[in-house]
Amino acid sequence: MTSTVEDDGQAASEVRAAGINEALTVMPDEKGHFGPYGGQFVSEILMTALAELDQAYRHLKNDKNFLAEFHHDLEHYVGRPSPLYFAERLTKQMGGARIMLKREDLNHTGAHKINNCIGQALLAKYMGKPRVIAETGAGQHGVASATVAARFGLKCRVYMGSDDIARQSPNVYRMKLLGAEVVPVTSGSRTLKDALSEAMRDWVTNVDDTYYIIGTVAGPHPYPMLVRDFQSVIGIEARAQCLKQFGTMPDAIVACVGGGSNAMGIFYPFLEDRDVRLIGVEPAGHGLETGQHAAPLSTGKIGILQGNRTYLMQDSDGQVLDTYSISAGLDYPGVGPEHAWLKDIKRAEYVAVDDKQALHAFRQLNRLEGILPALESAHGLAYAMDLAATMSKDEIIIVNLSGRGDKDIPTMAKIDGISLD
Amino acid sequence: MSRIADCFQRLADNRQKALVVYVVAGDPTPAITVPLMHDMVASGASIIELGVPFTDPEAEGPVIQLAHERAMRHRVILRNTIAMVASFREQDTVTPVVLMGYINPIEAMGYEAFAALAASAGVDGTILVNVPPEEGRVLDQAMISQGLDPIYLLAPTTPEARARMIFERTRGFTYYVSVKGTTGAGNLDIDEVTRRVAAFKAYATTPIVVGFGIKDGESAAQIARVSDGAVVGTALVSLIAANEQDPVRLREAVSELVADMRAAMDAVS
Repeated sequence: MTSTVEDDGQAASEVRAAGINEALTVMPDEKGHFGPYGGQFVSEILMTALAELDQAYRHLKNDKNFLAEFHHDLEHYVGRPSPLYFAERLTKQMGGARIMLKREDLNHTGAHKINNCIGQALLAKYMGKPRVIAETGAGQHGVASATVAARFGLKCRVYMGSDDIARQSPNVYRMKLLGAEVVPVTSGSRTLKDALSEAMRDWVTNVDDTYYIIGTVAGPHPYPMLVRDFQSVIGIEARAQCLKQFGTMPDAIVACVGGGSNAMGIFYPFLEDRDVRLIGVEPAGHGLETGQHAAPLSTGKIGILQGNRTYLMQDSDGQVLDTYSISAGLDYPGVGPEHAWLKDIKRAEYVAVDDKQALHAFRQLNRLEGILPALESAHGLAYAMDLAATMSKDEIIIVNLSGRGDKDIPTMAKIDGISLD
Repeated sequence: MSRIADCFQRLADNRQKALVVYVVAGDPTPAITVPLMHDMVASGASIIELGVPFTDPEAEGPVIQLAHERAMRHRVILRNTIAMVASFREQDTVTPVVLMGYINPIEAMGYEAFAALAASAGVDGTILVNVPPEEGRVLDQAMISQGLDPIYLLAPTTPEARARMIFERTRGFTYYVSVKGTTGAGNLDIDEVTRRVAAFKAYATTPIVVGFGIKDGESAAQIARVSDGAVVGTALVSLIAANEQDPVRLREAVSELVADMRAAMDAVS
């Protein structure tokens, strides 16, 4: 009898374990919920458009022609697979775990954003929408959207906060060269959040002929799911590359988190690999204690903004707080709902790195590896460097080097007191 | 019966249609809101939608976005918006008042706490722009148990099956957003509105009021002819913005427009 009870116990625990495992990758549910997070908090005008998008995507993600076109462009247009590069001198400097860089900075247009844009531009094409719109913070998603619009012959309008336009001028000009219209957004905090609201307003007005390319794993369902799926090529490649180079899994994966698309893209294929630590790095700006940051997972409370329930930087009355980060691409008060869920179930860890630490890592990577990282990616790198120093030399950390820093040269030059004119 | 049901019954008895007016609480100052509410009722408004100021009013056009910003400068938020309704109720226990806005301030307060506070202040219902029925189930229970009506929206993009589902959930009345766009969008297509409202009427469970694109007596009268009521928002908020520095003229201008619309609507019903 005792053995039966034990068998039942073991079987039950296996089922439970299997159940939990399964739950990690089958999320979200049909209505777009990741546990209590996600959903579709939008105006009624958009509900039918979101249902059509969900239906189209669920069909096309198993469509051979669609997938063939997607992977063809990832290889021949984006330049995938991106290398998994051993940062040898940086590793030696930190004196601990091997630091491997997943080189999304080498993609066409200079960041991981293009992976998702190829996927969504194809969705627009298959759905017969001649016009695309996008929001952008640092300008990387705007550039990637304008790029795919040119590539697929779609009309493109990009909304960008006027403060971000001022600090990311090279990308603004680049979008114009690509034939996109860049619309400055002067409402609210004049950054990414307000650009997203303005893009939503455009979408409700032009929903019949317009496809909205959301740039991160946030917004209403099905965006968090489909952006994650298109970005998961990063993690699929990194996993295979690590196994091939070392015959083993990495010990930790580190990625910066604003909305969280590069992090979700590299985390997702590792969700079942429970021994692999997944670490998301939020921007602590001037320091978490100052309130001037953009780290909702580290300090925020649960709220609802821009289509989904998630961790949100807000006051006790539910008003959304202004955010700050030196990195425009991380300067957002919310975060993708799947990250909120992974935090709660403790499958991923979330930490924060301030401006100073990010700038230090930015300079170190230039000097030691000859690589100019985006300020966004430098946040992940900064945490990984400190973490490496605490780990042993036979352990492996993969950092998602999500973008290159050419766009940040004006910001950096200003900090260093150098005039580029 | 609820104040909203009473209101539509009274209107039907008088062969009138509902004139639903929208202003943002605290715009341009907290002191003006309650007197303005009484003015609008005196001029013929049937139902008041009181906008709850929010940092990110993502469904609003530029005119109402600025109204939210003006109100937020005075720290008008959900709690003091509800207090304004309590103050309004000291003199008016008849006119329905519904709160219109976004879910996050209610999420932050907690659904049960919100429903209890709003009901005790004399609020009659909510119109939450970013909560479709699928996401509103838990809040609806809290509200209904306090006698509050969750009012849902219909859009030009809403197909029939979905409209039927919405009519199963909405209470008090249903708000048809007549134009694809943000508040203040133009291009009211009266033929299209007539056709859609007539189709909804076949299975509607509540009165249907129509909003977006109604800016004067003429457009209000056109809408009144084919529905149960007209909503005016941006046109009123524009007058408030234009007379921000002159509260006396502001109240006159708002009252005049409401009275014009009432007269035009009554002339056709």
